[in-house]
Amino acid sequence: MSAYVYSVLAIMGINIILAVSLNIISGFCGQFSLGHAAFYGSGAYATAYFAAAGTPVPLALVSGIIVAGLLGLVVGFASLRLRDDFLAVTTIGVSFLFVGFVRKQAWLGAEMGISKIPPSGLGSKGNALLILACALATIAFSLYMNRSWIGFGFRAVGDDENTARTIGVPASQYKLVAFTLGTGFAGLAGGLYAYFTQFIVPDSFGFIVSVTLMAMVVIGGTGSTLGVVAGAVILTLLPEAFRFVDNYRLLIFGGLLVLVVRFAPRGLAGLGRTAVQMVRKR
Amino acid sequence: MTAALEIDGVAIRFGGVQAVAGVSCSVARGELVGLIGPNGAGKTTLLRIIAGVLKAEAGRISISGKDVTGLPTELRVRNGLAITHQIVRPFRSMTVLENVTLAAGHRITAHPLRALLRYSRTAERTRARDVLAGVGLAGTEDKAVTALPLGQLKRLEVARALAVDPTLLLLDEPLAGLNRKEAAAQIDVIGAINRGGVTTVLIEHNLAEVVRVCRRLIVLDQGRVIGDGAPRDVIAEPAVREAYVGKGSTDAAA
Repeated sequence: MSAYVYSVLAIMGINIILAVSLNIISGFCGQFSLGHAAFYGSGAYATAYFAAAGTPVPLALVSGIIVAGLLGLVVGFASLRLRDDFLAVTTIGVSFLFVGFVRKQAWLGAEMGISKIPPSGLGSKGNALLILACALATIAFSLYMNRSWIGFGFRAVGDDENTARTIGVPASQYKLVAFTLGTGFAGLAGGLYAYFTQFIVPDSFGFIVSVTLMAMVVIGGTGSTLGVVAGAVILTLLPEAFRFVDNYRLLIFGGLLVLVVRFAPRGLAGLGRTAVQMVRKR
Repeated sequence: MTAALEIDGVAIRFGGVQAVAGVSCSVARGELVGLIGPNGAGKTTLLRIIAGVLKAEAGRISISGKDVTGLPTELRVRNGLAITHQIVRPFRSMTVLENVTLAAGHRITAHPLRALLRYSRTAERTRARDVLAGVGLAGTEDKAVTALPLGQLKRLEVARALAVDPTLLLLDEPLAGLNRKEAAAQIDVIGAINRGGVTTVLIEHNLAEVVRVCRRLIVLDQGRVIGDGAPRDVIAEPAVREAYVGKGSTDAAA
């Protein structure tokens, strides 16, 4: 396979990790977040910083997970006081704050970003395989979690957190766990991205990325791991297939989002379920 | 013997309205008490304070001898409390069985890490089926809650509360919106729950049904306790009659 195919597979894997991790926060636990790129970016910057300082690959990746997870925990505390629209606005703020902060930090390369990230030593094929393996592990964890009791608790908190408390579910703890886990995985995606590109700049983690990730979740089917994976795959491949309309990429995403919300609010997962039911009825 | 519920000087004000004004009372273990009063008397507010949904400005709440005043709702549930809501609030993304199974697994969901490591729901499902059968909802297990009529949703509220194995059950208008037949059946279920050993506080407007099962009534008006005792005695008290019928009713009777 060509280097191009490996790079598309790598980006697809990273997007899958990001979309599935955002689905843990917004789909499973019902906390609408429009700042996921900030956690992706903080993981990328932490990994890049430590990698450039000579830290071995596994430790640099772990540092990305920890930094993003801790930042997610802090934003999670905001979710304890804010709900719905107010939380969405706050997470948008986090997205802009992150880019604004990084742009001004000389020790993080400011506008120029970090460019001296050493190679992982795996080559382009090895990188792509590592990323796909991490994406598969993230999918497996998400599927398990949704079927475990914590996933059951998340659903209750997402449905009605006050009622969840009345049957003994500590809703605040669940929200913090969702944010920490979801953002930790986003940090892993950031670390993998840093090793994949060996060069990161603040604009790679802007608000548009957050919105694109939310589009993957909504189009795939909020709350469905496999639907969200399909959403991530489609929205990664679409721009590749429609390179000739690159300037209108966001228009296509926006149009898709409007169509899904209007005609299939449960996304691809909902359409799939309906199709299976129709086949069974026959 | 330690009281199941001890309320001591509880008060709360909303703007210029003193919704609950220094209420003190106690409910003994095994009692089935009716908490009644006219609209706006402060009944639901008091229940929400007991449940920890609202924070009182003054006073203390104890459940089975343990002071729970500063605890969040979920920790009060761990101390034996369960509540049902005046307006039904099922988890709409779940089936009937899932709603009750989740409550039956409250010891697992109480700790997120424990919940992450647990997968099997078999034991909790069995318990949930038993509870559903106990409130007359057998056969509805796999239905979406959106498909249930109000009468069954009211029972689901009770089933979900029972599934957390409470020692103290607070029911907020469990008969509201039900027809006479449904109300009579629901009150029979509540009586049976109480005879099973669960201390029960029942907020209800349907006095005829309340009097049928409760041996004691506490009457609230304008945030204060104005009557407490056996139903016949309490209803005969002038202050209670005035609160319900209006001033002048007792004079006219005299």
